[in-house]
Amino acid sequence: MLPELGHFALILALLLAVVQAVFPLLGSFYQKPAWVALGQPAACAQAFFLVCSLLCLTAAFILNDFSVAYVAENSNSRLPLHFRISAVWGAHEGSMLLWMTMLSLWGMSAALASRHLPENISARLISVLGWVSVGFLLFILLTSNPFERLLPYVPLDGADLNPLLQDIGLIIHPPLLYLGYVGLVVPFAFAMAVLMSGNLASAWARWLRPWAVTAWVFLTLGILLGSWWAYRELGWGGWWFWDPVENASLLPWLVATALIHSLAVTDKRGMFKAWTIFLAIFAFSLSLLGTFLVRSGVLTSVHAFANDPARGVFILILLGISVGSAMLLYAWRAQSLREEVKLHLWSRETMLLANNVLLVVMTLSILLGTLYPLILDAFNLGLISVGPPYFNAMFVPLAAPLLFLMALGPHQRWSKTQPSEWLGRLRYTFAISVTLGVVLPFVVTGSLQGHVVLGLALACWVLIATLQDLLGKGMRRGKGFTGVWQLPRSQQGMVIAHVGVAVCAIGIALSSQYSQERDVRMVPGDAYTLGAYTFLFEEVVSGEGPNYTTTTGLFEVSKTKRGGEQVIGTLAPQKRLFYVRNQIMTRAAILANGWRDLYIALGEPLDERAHAWAVRIVYKPFVRWIWLGGLLIALGGFVALFDRRYRQKVAQAFQGAIDLGRLKPANAE
Amino acid sequence: MMNSANSNNHHQKHRLAWLRWAAPLAVFLLLLLLFWRGLSLDSSTLPSPLVGQPMPAFSLEMLHDASVLKTEQDFKGQVALINVWATWCFACHHEHPMLMDLAYLNRVPIYGLNYRDDREAALSWLEALGDPYQFTVFDPDATVSIDWGVYGAPETFVIDQKGIIHYRHVGVITINDWETVFLPLIEQLEQAA
Repeated sequence: MLPELGHFALILALLLAVVQAVFPLLGSFYQKPAWVALGQPAACAQAFFLVCSLLCLTAAFILNDFSVAYVAENSNSRLPLHFRISAVWGAHEGSMLLWMTMLSLWGMSAALASRHLPENISARLISVLGWVSVGFLLFILLTSNPFERLLPYVPLDGADLNPLLQDIGLIIHPPLLYLGYVGLVVPFAFAMAVLMSGNLASAWARWLRPWAVTAWVFLTLGILLGSWWAYRELGWGGWWFWDPVENASLLPWLVATALIHSLAVTDKRGMFKAWTIFLAIFAFSLSLLGTFLVRSGVLTSVHAFANDPARGVFILILLGISVGSAMLLYAWRAQSLREEVKLHLWSRETMLLANNVLLVVMTLSILLGTLYPLILDAFNLGLISVGPPYFNAMFVPLAAPLLFLMALGPHQRWSKTQPSEWLGRLRYTFAISVTLGVVLPFVVTGSLQGHVVLGLALACWVLIATLQDLLGKGMRRGKGFTGVWQLPRSQQGMVIAHVGVAVCAIGIALSSQYSQERDVRMVPGDAYTLGAYTFLFEEVVSGEGPNYTTTTGLFEVSKTKRGGEQVIGTLAPQKRLFYVRNQIMTRAAILANGWRDLYIALGEPLDERAHAWAVRIVYKPFVRWIWLGGLLIALGGFVALFDRRYRQKVAQAFQGAIDLGRLKPANAE
Repeated sequence: MMNSANSNNHHQKHRLAWLRWAAPLAVFLLLLLLFWRGLSLDSSTLPSPLVGQPMPAFSLEMLHDASVLKTEQDFKGQVALINVWATWCFACHHEHPMLMDLAYLNRVPIYGLNYRDDREAALSWLEALGDPYQFTVFDPDATVSIDWGVYGAPETFVIDQKGIIHYRHVGVITINDWETVFLPLIEQLEQAA
């Protein structure tokens, strides 16, 4: 019964989405406020029914209802409860439902908040949100219904959740990532509404800023968790693989980063309007593109979902209609947003423009690398593979100037700055950062590597210059920390995020250059020394988990300190054999502190009689800094959301804009 | 004065200005075409242009001994698997135990084609995880792998006694693939000879 209710709720949501898509749009063109007024309640009701539908599916998992095909394929009665719940989004159908539910929640919030916008903008915004919902609800109902039953032959038990996904990281990673992906729909709908109206007032850009930042924060956290999961669960110590699916999440993030910076210019200076609108469309297009690439299987990837050609065609059509119409509208109307721009070389606008250009070029080169095999393939030019070497070669030369300018940007004023204003203070900063970048690695390791020096110097440069800017501006407001505290939240957020980037850069530079990895053959009793650390293989023990058996290796780790050896911990890497799918999973054991990770993964038993094992031992310095930096970046976005200006009585900010966009009641004509 | 000249100039530019705004649309339409075509090419079962063809000629260093050159002639004589792998490749780690099992079964010889890799890393991998290959040839610049149409590692080719390629498998070999695809094909090729 519950699955049928869920299915029915899904159909109701589709009907409501049609109402939300059609009536406000027509109402905004034919001046019928009553039609426009249907939009908000329809958006709310749609969200309500989608939440109901998602709850019905969750209930089917909790109650082990294996008559539902999706549950039977992805759950098992021995699966622990928290994984039964996360199994809801463990495969295609359920994750699309989660995706859609989040879309409707974003749609509802944006529809409710859009009452602060002029009526015809808000009506069209709600309508575009409705159209996107219609497309994806049709997709779910026609090609990927999670409520399909297996009747009359109900399986006794399910095929279990993919063991790779039975991890805490996978419980929260997809929902966060989807929140980010889907959140980009609000800037997209906003851009479409603005293009239809042919006008963009700065105050509306301010309305959009917190939405774009929120989506970006979720996207940041989602990517971060994905990387952390890959590091822990895939068993060989990498944290980014340039896999097409990973790229699919990085691409919208890069464009969303460009968008939040360009929105600042549109908000503060009323410039870059057409460009901002383009980025808003581009970001969501990339998130749809990512969905297409992941779901259709046009690119082979390690974590591709089950592929079904009908789904691929459907998403391609959706992509074509939504992005195609947006680009068409852009080609037709963007000209009306054009403005004469006079940029001074030394101004914050110019710096943000450079930021945008670099980020977009980065996006395009990663997009090219991701699609390149497909392009050659399509034109029968042969098949090639684009691996990490290409992406690393592309990324570093673009990231370096980005970091360099990131320190410079906040020191510029809007409109025009005399270089003498900042040249004096930043001269020393530059000298200090270069010195630190060269001296630190040399003192610690006794050798110099180009990438480390570059990464470290740039990170110090960003770190010091950013804090300098914060303290300088804080000082003008008040003494010490009270001054810093009184700065606008968006400014504080910016500083935190930029510091995060610097921390992340240190992590990437040091961990990629100084990591040491060894694949060794070990027998219990053996010891292996890597640098200052000695790993003693004590024994192998067997055990049992809820739905798997385990083989655990026990390693005692000791560190050589001034002649003496000191035990610093025990590592217990595990192999888990999952009953139902008969699949073996490797769980690495990690001994971490702020400076380095010691990482052991148990490989294959090499020789049964001698009890020899293949063991992978990895020493990764500063790898935590990558995620710490990522967290700071997200925290920065979060703090910026509390900026008072976003909360001002929006009505007064709109005074100038409101006459342009107000709907006249029909009887007034 | 300057103003009017400016606006005149501006007017000229204006006529073609719409092109600029339509550029994203044009790029997008091209991409759409590409994807449409991409959908009809299922890359995971895409037969290599080489299927049914003899192996392309090559000569590569052996991984274990740079002074020994191997050519396609060295693979001939038996039905065999040629497995493309690399230490940076993520899925190869998953596939390795399966290859070790296949080597233990010793049904057909397996040859390795090490792809865009570092010799030392590759050797230490084989030492630690076991070496399922008769021998591995070393292709650091992917010069040969491109001739083979390698899309990414891991990939596995099935060749017959005369060195003709009969099947190309993209991705990890699972036990299911082995039983349903590889084994029947190998039996068929052996009987045909």
